[in-house]
Amino acid sequence: MTTLRRWIATHPVVGFLVVFAVFPFLVPYKALATQVLIYGLFALGFNLLYGYTGLLSFGHAAYWGLGAYGTGIALAKLKVGSLWLALAAGLGLAAAGGAAIGFLCLRRRGIYFAMLTLAFAQLLYFVGFHLADWTGGDDGLRGINLPPLALPGATISLDTSLAFYYFAFALVALAVAGLRRILDSPFGAVLQAIRENSERASACGYDIQRVKHLSFVFSALFAGLAGSLDALRLSLVPIESLYWTTSGQVVIMTLLGGAGTFFGPFVGAATFLVLEDRLAVFTESWPLVVGAIFMAFVLFLPKGIWGTLLARLGP
Amino acid sequence: MAELTLATLAAQVFTGLVLGMILVLLAIGLSLIFGLMTVVNFAHGSLYMLGAYLGFFLIGYTKSFWLALVVAPLLVGAFGLAVERFLVRPLYGRSIDDPLLLTFGLSLVMVETVRLIWGKIGLTLDPPRELAGAVNLGFTYFPLYRLFVIGVTIVVLVALFLFLEKTNVGLIIRAGSRDPLMVKALGFDLGRVWLLVFGIGTALAGLAGILAGPMRGVYAEMGVTIIIESFVVVVVGGMGSLVGAIVAGIAIGEVVSLTTLFAPKFAEIMVFVVMALVLLVRPSGLFGEAGLME
Amino acid sequence: MNRRAFLATTAAGAAVAAFPTVLKAQGGDTIKIGFPGPTTGPFGALAKDQQQGAIVAMEEINATGGVLGKKVEILFRDDQLKPAVGAQRTKELIENEKCEFIVGGLAAHVQMAINEQTKKAGKLFISVSQSDEITARPDWGPLTFHEALNPTITSRAVGTWVAQNLGKKWWILYADYAWGKQNNAVLSEVLKRQGGVLLGSTPYPLGNPEFSAHLPKILAAKPEVLITMTPGADNIAFLKQAISFGMKKEMKIAQPLHWLPQLKEGGPDLYADIYAGISFSWQLEEAIPEAKNYVALYRKKHNEPPGDYGAYAYSAIHEVARGVALAKVVNSDAVASALIANPVYNHYKGKQWWRTCDHKAFQDLWIVKGRERSKMKGDWDFVDIVQKVAASEELDRSCKEKGFV
Repeated sequence: MTTLRRWIATHPVVGFLVVFAVFPFLVPYKALATQVLIYGLFALGFNLLYGYTGLLSFGHAAYWGLGAYGTGIALAKLKVGSLWLALAAGLGLAAAGGAAIGFLCLRRRGIYFAMLTLAFAQLLYFVGFHLADWTGGDDGLRGINLPPLALPGATISLDTSLAFYYFAFALVALAVAGLRRILDSPFGAVLQAIRENSERASACGYDIQRVKHLSFVFSALFAGLAGSLDALRLSLVPIESLYWTTSGQVVIMTLLGGAGTFFGPFVGAATFLVLEDRLAVFTESWPLVVGAIFMAFVLFLPKGIWGTLLARLGP
Repeated sequence: MAELTLATLAAQVFTGLVLGMILVLLAIGLSLIFGLMTVVNFAHGSLYMLGAYLGFFLIGYTKSFWLALVVAPLLVGAFGLAVERFLVRPLYGRSIDDPLLLTFGLSLVMVETVRLIWGKIGLTLDPPRELAGAVNLGFTYFPLYRLFVIGVTIVVLVALFLFLEKTNVGLIIRAGSRDPLMVKALGFDLGRVWLLVFGIGTALAGLAGILAGPMRGVYAEMGVTIIIESFVVVVVGGMGSLVGAIVAGIAIGEVVSLTTLFAPKFAEIMVFVVMALVLLVRPSGLFGEAGLME
Repeated sequence: MNRRAFLATTAAGAAVAAFPTVLKAQGGDTIKIGFPGPTTGPFGALAKDQQQGAIVAMEEINATGGVLGKKVEILFRDDQLKPAVGAQRTKELIENEKCEFIVGGLAAHVQMAINEQTKKAGKLFISVSQSDEITARPDWGPLTFHEALNPTITSRAVGTWVAQNLGKKWWILYADYAWGKQNNAVLSEVLKRQGGVLLGSTPYPLGNPEFSAHLPKILAAKPEVLITMTPGADNIAFLKQAISFGMKKEMKIAQPLHWLPQLKEGGPDLYADIYAGISFSWQLEEAIPEAKNYVALYRKKHNEPPGDYGAYAYSAIHEVARGVALAKVVNSDAVASALIANPVYNHYKGKQWWRTCDHKAFQDLWIVKGRERSKMKGDWDFVDIVQKVAASEELDRSCKEKGFV
C-alpha cells in the first residue's frame, strides 16, 4: 500500500488516470463515480487558489455556476448544436467571471478578500434568480439536451452513464495534466511562495497581484469546467449552483482531502460524496454523522485524509 | 405601491431597528470571538437556534418567559464554554481555518440533534401575556414585544460596555484583542480570557435566538440564513470592533427594512451590495483596525 | 403550551427519530418504487406525511398478495429539497437499486430535476406535489404523471370562492419564487375576471419572514381580503406578525393551501378564521367511504391522522400498482399506456382521472377555514370544511395552453 501511495504521489497524472479509469467499478453505481469526478475537479480548482496560493475564497460557487449556466443556456436557450461550443461557452463565462471578480476582490486580503468573494457570488445568485427567462430562476434551467460527441471520424452518443463518465474523465484528465504543468512551472513556484510569505515573494521582485489574479482565473476555469460537466450530467442547472452552500461544500471537500496536496481534492470529494450517498440510505440523520466525522477530522486529522497519508510516507 | 406616508416610513424605520438589534447581538458575539481569538465561529447561527429551542423547553418546564429569557442564554453560554474548552482550544496554533471547519461541522451536528429531540415540525414560542398587543406610537401601532426587544438589547449593550470599559477583565479582553502577544507576555492567562469571551459571545447569540423566537417562530433551520447576515455585519463594522458591530448591525437592519419598502426584490441582495461597497472603499470595515486579520 | 403537549411533542420527536427509512418487503422478487423526498430540511414534516401515506398504501397492497404475485417495495431517499440531490438520488434509485418506478418530490424545482432523470432513463414518474410546469411542455414527458394539485387549479378554485364570498378588494403578499409568483399571477387574473380590485401585490424573499416591513402599508390600504403565499415556516411567522399588528380584525385572510403540520405547529390561536384550499382533510372520513378507509388505516399505522401530502403519496402508490395490474408487466411504457387507457380511479377522496394530453390528475378540493380552539372536537380538528370545489378541467390550463396540440 505504501508503494502504491508513493507511486501515486510521484506520478500524479498517470496515477490519476489509473485510479479513475477503473473508479466506476469501485463504487456502488456509475453515476456516483461521475459525481465524484466532477466535484473533484471543482475542488481541484478551489485548491489551486486556496491550497497552493493561500487565498481562501467563500464564493467559488460563482464560477461553477457560470460554467454550468454558460453551457446550459447555450444548449437550452440558444439551441447550440455542438457539445464543444457549449462547453466553450461555459468555460468562457467562468473565466470572464473569474477575471472580473478576481480583479475586484484581490484589492483586499485575508478575511476581507474572502467576504468579498462571497458578496459577489451572492450577487450572481441574485441575478440568476431573477433573470428567470434565461436561467429558469429558482425552478432551475431545464431542457438541456446532451448532444452527441463530435470527433473527427466518429460521433459518439453519451447517453449511457458509463459513456458520459469516460467523456468527463477525458476532460478532467486534461485538466489534471494542466494543473500539474501549472504547478511545476516557475509560475507555480511563485504561487506557492506567495502562500508561504507574500511580502518576501514581493521583495524578490515578483508581481504578486498579477500572479494572484492569474491563479484566480485558472481556478475559476477549472471550477467552470466542472460546472459545465455537471449541467450536462444532470440535464439541469439548479439555482443553488450559485448559492453559498455550494461554495461551502467545495471548501469542506478540499479540507477533508487535504488542502495543498495534489490529490486531496479528489480524495475529499470521493469521501464526502460516497459517505453522504451511503449514509443517506441508512439514516435520516446522516448530516449528524457527517458533521461528527468532519469534526473528528479537524481535531485529529487536520491535514486531511490524503495529506495525512502523504505525511506518513516520510520526507 | 400604496401611498408612502411619513407614518409608513417611520414604522419601517422602527422595524429596521428591531431587525438591527438581533443582528447586533449576533455580530457582537461573532466580533468578540473573532477579534480576540481570530476564530470564525460558523456555529453562531446554530447557537442562536439553540437559544430559541432552550427557551421553548424552559417555558414549557417553568411556565415563565422571564425565567427562560435569563436562563436560556446562560445555558447556551455554558455550552459555548464547553465548545471552546474541548473543541476549539485544541486547535490553537494550527491553521487559521481549522476552527471554521470545526464549527461548520458542529452546526450540522447541532441542527440535526435539535431535530431529533424536538421533531421536524417547528415550534411556537409565545411572548408573555404582558408583552402581547400593540402600542400606539402616534404614527402607527407597533407590537409591544418588538419594543421590548429593542429595550432588552440596549440594556445588554450598556451592561457589556460597562463590563468592557470599567472592569479589569474587560480591560484584558480589550487589550487582548488589540495585541494578544503582549498581553500574554505580561503574564495573563489568555486561555481563561478566551473561555470567557466565547461564553459571552455564545450567550449573546442564545439571547438573540430566544428574543427572535416569538417574532419568527422556532425551527431547526432558523440559524442558517441569519449567520451569513451576521458575518456581513461584522465585516462591515470591522472585525473586532464592538462599536462597528452596533453601527453596522443597525445600519444593515435599516437598509434591509427600507429596501423592502421601496424595492422588495432587492432586499436580500442589498446586504451584500453594502458589504461589497464598504469593503472596496474602507478595507477594514467602518471601524476596523488595519492589519487585524489581514 | 401545556406540559402534556410539550412532552408529547418531545416523544413525537423521538418516535420520528426511530422511524425506519429503508423498507424492504420480505422476499426476493419485488416491484421497486423509488421515493425521493425532503426528509431533512424545513419541509421534513410534509415529507414524513408523504412517506407514511406511501407505507399505508404499500401495506394495503401487499396484504392481498401484492401485484402480479410480487410484493411492492418502496425505497425512500432524502433529496434535501435540492434539485441536484434529487437528481442524484433518482439516478441512484434507478441505476443502483433498479427501481422501475419513481414516485415523489415535494418542491416544484426538485420534481423537475427528478423528472429530467426519469425522462432520460425511461422510467415512470408520478409527482406528488404542486407544480404547474411539470404537466406542460417542455418539461413534460410521456412517462410523467402528476397526482397532486397545481398552483393554477388551487388558486383558481380558492380565488374564485374568495372573490364571491369574502370580498373583492384584495391585497396579495407572496414569496418571491416560482410557486409564489405563479399563484400571484393566477389570483390576479381570477380577481379581474370576478370584477374585483387588486389594491397591491407585494413580493418578499422566501425564507426571510420579516413581514413587519409590509404590514403597516397593507393595513393602511384597507383591503377586504389579504391573500398570502407564505410557505413553511414563513407561514407561522407571518401569522404571528399579522396578528400582533391586529390584522385579523381588520380584514379576512386567505391562502391557497393549509398544511396539517403547519396547522399543528401554529395551532388554532394562529389559524382560526384563516381561509384556504386543501386537497384532503381527515374529517372527510365522515362523508366519503374511501376517505374513511384511508384515514382509519393511516391512524392505525401511525397514531395520528393523515395530511394531504400523505394522501397524494397513498394514491400515487396505488396508481402504480393499478397500472402494473392492468398492464400485466412491470414496465414503465406499458404501465403508462394502461393508466391512460383506464384513466378513472378513486383511492381516497372520490373520483379522480388522468387527462390524456398531459397526464394531469383531476380531483376534488375543498375550501376550509381554521377553527377556533373552543370549537375544536379533539386535538387535530383544526379546520372547518366550508365547501367542496368539484374536479374540473376548466380549473387548469387547457392542453393547448400547455403546448400540446
